[in-house]
Amino acid sequence: MTAKPDWKQTDIIHVDQPELSMTERMYLPQIFGGMKTTLRHMFKKKLRDETVVQYPEQKRQLRKEIYRGVHRLNRDDQGRVACVACFMCETACPAHCIHIEGAESPWPDREKYPIKFDIDELRCIYCGMCEEACPVDAIELTPEYHLVGGSREEMIFDKEKLLNIFDRTKDEKPRKNPNITGY
Amino acid sequence: MGGIQVGNLCHNVGSAARTMMDTMDAIRNILADQFWFSIVLGLVVFGGIQGAVAYAILLERKISAWTQDRYGPNRVGPYGILQPIADGLKFFLKEDIIPANVDKALFIFAPWMIFVVALVGFAVIPWGGSFKWGWMEATAKPMVVQVASVDIGLLYIVAVSSLSVYGVVLGGWASNNKYSFYGAIRAAAQMLSYEVPMGMCLMAAILMTGSLRLEEMVDWQARHGWAVMYHPIAALVLFITALAEANRMPFDLAESEQELIGGYHTEYSALKLALFFLAEYSHMITSSAMMICIFFGGYLVPGWEWLNTTPTFGAALVRVAVFAFKIFLFICLYMLIRWTIPRFRFDQLMRLAWKGLVPMTMTLVAAQGLVLYMGWSQWTTTAVNIGVFLFGGFVSVAGGKAVTGRQLSLRRAEAMG
Repeated sequence: MTAKPDWKQTDIIHVDQPELSMTERMYLPQIFGGMKTTLRHMFKKKLRDETVVQYPEQKRQLRKEIYRGVHRLNRDDQGRVACVACFMCETACPAHCIHIEGAESPWPDREKYPIKFDIDELRCIYCGMCEEACPVDAIELTPEYHLVGGSREEMIFDKEKLLNIFDRTKDEKPRKNPNITGY
Repeated sequence: MGGIQVGNLCHNVGSAARTMMDTMDAIRNILADQFWFSIVLGLVVFGGIQGAVAYAILLERKISAWTQDRYGPNRVGPYGILQPIADGLKFFLKEDIIPANVDKALFIFAPWMIFVVALVGFAVIPWGGSFKWGWMEATAKPMVVQVASVDIGLLYIVAVSSLSVYGVVLGGWASNNKYSFYGAIRAAAQMLSYEVPMGMCLMAAILMTGSLRLEEMVDWQARHGWAVMYHPIAALVLFITALAEANRMPFDLAESEQELIGGYHTEYSALKLALFFLAEYSHMITSSAMMICIFFGGYLVPGWEWLNTTPTFGAALVRVAVFAFKIFLFICLYMLIRWTIPRFRFDQLMRLAWKGLVPMTMTLVAAQGLVLYMGWSQWTTTAVNIGVFLFGGFVSVAGGKAVTGRQLSLRRAEAMG
């Protein structure tokens, strides 16, 4: 026994191609119309000047609070690294670019802290999942996108480098919640 | 003592001047000889075309940028005018990769073949009519600004430009790559199909002017006005087929990036890839020059008597400039079309050629033959041209399907089955 289909023949809607008009069938008027558009844009110098960003001299206006550039490792209000080495970002990272080594924390308000925190910026896909996974808002993405290096090793950012990025960018983009400390 | 020295000096100066006069005479004699003049002209044209191609590529990048509201290359030199040099250097410095499993001989041969074929077409283009040097006698034969003035000039161009399909097919076949091979097959089918309407258009022009020599076709237009007035549709179809022959945008299925990566030149790199590009742009220049000679008055400007008739070197130079300007306009048109019209689908391409262009141009040839046989006015063909175009449109509307439209019958068959 075959199962009865749960749709009826009348449910099928045939969508026909729209009929071409006389000018569309003759092509040439349409082609000239298209060329008119192209020509019009060719001589719109003003539009070009407004829309094009001449990169090294001009820079894009970024929305700093949401732009996903290079990472930083936040410091808390006492200047200590805010990370508690919970490995949530490392777990969440789809590109497996974060490598953390935790150790017992010397401070009383938390159990662990990272002695090593490496991000391979070449593997990273800048999806921002680490930022979302972090329970203490310790890792964040910054609006910085000038990411250059001479070798692959140079592009693996360690803890010091990531903390430096925080020092550099904290005025531009303050830490979301500076009061979180322990976990 | 001193007198002798002065005398010697005078003697030396005199002989030096005499030697210089002799050399000048020799140069004049060489320049007044059509054979040597043709060789000089050939070299000049060769160099000129190379430069023109380099700057055509810059122009294309600029036009593509402008039509998309961008600036285009503007870093190398003011307004990017040194960009072609940077591009050329890049092509030279890149690693020339020959993949492991290619047919090595053909792989190396194909780009050179297409390059050479694209360049030899220039030989029969009349660049600037004829002229006489100031020192030539009034009875002497005037010099022709043309590398080779042969009887079958137009046939030669058609033959040579069809050879370029060999370069494409060999390149695609030798690459041992499916995408390249598809590109080559498409190019072969397309170029062969579009040869037919192209030949028909040329046939109409040949019948009308009664000559295969491009310079005589230009002369005919000097007497009767531009041929495009008598055969507007033939000129249009010739332009369309020229686009197809040069693998330009609405017909660039041989290298359609979305489907075939790079088509027949997928596996090529460095200088060999550059040769393919040089060939494509040279082909554009040749076909523009040919169209201008046949339908758009060559180096003539209607109503400018001095330009059209003066047999001096200066006037010939101006004629060459006029011709170059017309070519420039055509190239701009090519590029504007490239950045305006989307690519045809392959069945649409074939349908346009065989069901649209071939019947239309056949009618035109028949009409031109009839006009010649009956001795009617040449303007009759203008009416026939317009009539053919309108009839084509009418048939397409009444038939319910466009020449390049979707095959509605296929879907009806599906619904019935």
